[in-house]
Amino acid sequence: MSATTSEATGIEAAGGRRFAALLPFLALLAIGLVIPFVGNEYWVLIATRIAIYWVLISGLNLVVGYAGQLAIGYVALFTLGAYTTSVLAAGNATPPVPAFAALGIAGLAGAVFGVVVGLPALRLRTFYFAISTLGFATIVTQIALAWQDVTGGGIGLPGPTLPEPFDTVTGLLYLCLAFAAFSTWITANIARSRFGRALVAVRDADVAAEATGISKPRLLVLVFILAGALAAVAGGLFASLQTYITPDAFTFELSLLFFIAVLIGGRGSILGPLLGTIILTVLPEIAAPLAAWSTFLYAALLLVIVLAMPGGIAALLDFRNRKPLPPGRAIAPRPDAVRTLVAHRATPDILSLRGIVLSFGGVRAIDGLDLEVRPGQIHGLIGPNGSGKTTTLNVISGYYRPETGSMMLGGHTLAAGRTTDRAAHGIARTFQTPRLIGEASVLENVMIGGTIEGRATFLEALLSLPRHRREERVMEQRARLALAAVGLDGVTEVRADRLQHSELRFMEIARALMQRPAFLLLDEPAAGLSAEEIRRLAALIRAVSAGGTGVLLVEHHADLIFDICDHVTVLNLGRILAAGTPGEIRVHKEVVSAYLGA
Amino acid sequence: MLASILASGLAVGAVYALIGITYNTMFATSRVMSFTAGQLGMLGGVFGSLFILKLGLPSILGLLLMLAACALIGVMTEIVAVRPVLKSLEQHLYVLTTLAVALLIQQFTAIQWGTEPQPFPRLFAIGSGVWDEKYWLPVVICAVTIIGLEYLYRRTLVGRAFVAIAEDNFAARALGLPERNLRIASYALAGAIGGLAGFAGGQLLLAFFANGPLLNFYGFIPVALGGLGNNRGAVIGGLALGLFQQAANFWVGGIFSSVAVFTLFIIVLLAAPQGLFGAAASRRV
Repeated sequence: MSATTSEATGIEAAGGRRFAALLPFLALLAIGLVIPFVGNEYWVLIATRIAIYWVLISGLNLVVGYAGQLAIGYVALFTLGAYTTSVLAAGNATPPVPAFAALGIAGLAGAVFGVVVGLPALRLRTFYFAISTLGFATIVTQIALAWQDVTGGGIGLPGPTLPEPFDTVTGLLYLCLAFAAFSTWITANIARSRFGRALVAVRDADVAAEATGISKPRLLVLVFILAGALAAVAGGLFASLQTYITPDAFTFELSLLFFIAVLIGGRGSILGPLLGTIILTVLPEIAAPLAAWSTFLYAALLLVIVLAMPGGIAALLDFRNRKPLPPGRAIAPRPDAVRTLVAHRATPDILSLRGIVLSFGGVRAIDGLDLEVRPGQIHGLIGPNGSGKTTTLNVISGYYRPETGSMMLGGHTLAAGRTTDRAAHGIARTFQTPRLIGEASVLENVMIGGTIEGRATFLEALLSLPRHRREERVMEQRARLALAAVGLDGVTEVRADRLQHSELRFMEIARALMQRPAFLLLDEPAAGLSAEEIRRLAALIRAVSAGGTGVLLVEHHADLIFDICDHVTVLNLGRILAAGTPGEIRVHKEVVSAYLGA
Repeated sequence: MLASILASGLAVGAVYALIGITYNTMFATSRVMSFTAGQLGMLGGVFGSLFILKLGLPSILGLLLMLAACALIGVMTEIVAVRPVLKSLEQHLYVLTTLAVALLIQQFTAIQWGTEPQPFPRLFAIGSGVWDEKYWLPVVICAVTIIGLEYLYRRTLVGRAFVAIAEDNFAARALGLPERNLRIASYALAGAIGGLAGFAGGQLLLAFFANGPLLNFYGFIPVALGGLGNNRGAVIGGLALGLFQQAANFWVGGIFSSVAVFTLFIIVLLAAPQGLFGAAASRRV
């Protein structure tokens, strides 16, 4: 009873907050709308430019701010869009195309090239990706210079003329504001959806993201398509604003403005980068002598932001997370909530390992291991340091590829080394050091566990269609239930990196429970917990297994193991030293001498 | 024709190789790849022109002053952009801080030195045609640098300490090596090598503020292809890139040659992300 009311008020409060969050955007839009009536034409042009830049930056924000990909050369796609629109509208290569159709085609071209530019990010490390986007930016300008009969070379060509009523300065401003408002809406939809949460997970906790079934390449390609299309459309609008374009208009400095606006705004925020865009565009205008130094200024700002306030503007505006957390808060798991959460996922399948061998260099970390985890059973895995316990978990979750041996789940073989398909097989896990998304809220961290169950497509999320909204509500309710189950329902909205170590352990369990797993792998969940917390953890794990989930528990706390396990396997130097019930193990001679001590 | 492709290809290739070595020298002691590598090359040309042509100093004095100035900028990079972000290397903040410093250098040069390319002095006035000084000078300087570095790394204590830190930072520190001072020294060395690259190629590339990003990109390709921290790979990759670029320049024209280089770079890296001579990635879990 009390649970339902607290849930209801939680959702209501969220609705109120959502409106409050919308206010600054509406205020900025209103300012944009009244500028033609209060300012001169010069300020209308600047407002138009801000709106155009924002169309690009809103998409780039998903790439840089959310996914953490350091794309520094997005001017390439902007240029591509500007030239595609202008060339098509002018009819240099084809029969002349109406301006809006040309803009649409430019958007499609941007989507395609967005993926081409982004492709290296799927395999390459950060600096490599940054350099490859830089290379792409220089090449597009060179092509624009060289392909004279189409682009006009260094002389350039006229931008597209839009039909009435967008052919006036004010008309164009309103059109660009409409585009800007639309791109704010769709990128915010993505940011708030399971796609946005997964992007942040890939950025901050890629290992945990894989364990919840998130495939980084697919996700990034979708975002690159969106960001590329927005960048090219922005380019087309820019060409129309400029009325005449040359390659000189698309300098690398412009690319830096885009990139730095996102970083100044702060990662994982929409409002921050929007304010960043406004500041960076207006700053050189209001202080004319600064114009020559503007890039120098951007660079200095970038350095200061990275070194002194990594959170950017968004962190300054995040008042909610500056309030102190309640002191002396306790984690109070609710085993009954666990049962409602996981009960119906019970399967008769057994997770079994046969003859697993894995060596690192010359060391045999696992040396012919056989293991069976049964549904509804708590299976303890103990042994001295370096005996291969965590390595076994990593083999099961696919981070390590064993040299020989097989893994079966029911009738299916688990493919070795495939991390992202484990969640689909109903296997969830926690990590020895909690893998959290520090900048996301506790609730969002837990909702990551539900990512693969989402059925609504990227497009449905983009436009916030009913199926997507329904799914999000279900996910949020289940995440709140999971948090109640582990006893963290008091801190759902708190940023995860503010939690204590013990709370993070329980948060990871909640994320795993969110998957409603058939098998749960726990890697030293009791490490760093107080005696009282360990007792609560024990009750929680019991409740999970009572719901039919098989638990594989790696632990050093012998008391916990002997207290709750149905079956215990003792490893030493990668081999099984003993296996049996806790009663048998406790008195096993070799185990006592090798590990437990007399 | 073939001779001129070879001459200019090897010359620009040597410059790229030197920039590649600059990347590697900084990477070795800090695990950081810095956007300032290309800017150091740009500064080598600008300082050379400034000291020798503008101020009329003797060539050798101009060279020494240039080396000192670039070494200083290397050290400054370490203090401002590298040291503060070393604690959280996995967040890759160095990409942003070194980019910021590189831009500060570039914009400052643009405003103080001007945005037009300016001539670089002839130093010896030896040779003509394909044996012109501007072609053989980069190759000679590259060779001298490599021999010097080999001597440093193999025969001197400081050089061996560099190698030890590059090999295993933690073990080297546990042995009591002054890791921070060695890192500063390696950034000074990298600064000097980067400056030397620009100085060597000054007659080809001129003293031009916008050379930085270009050198960043073309100097990084040999590093990426040869594998991070592998100087031999950087030299082979740099010379091969120079030859390929000049050949493509000749046959398909300048602009499409950079498209060809870029495409090749992306394809090779997607096929072999560790580079052709690189080592495998470390464990994640």
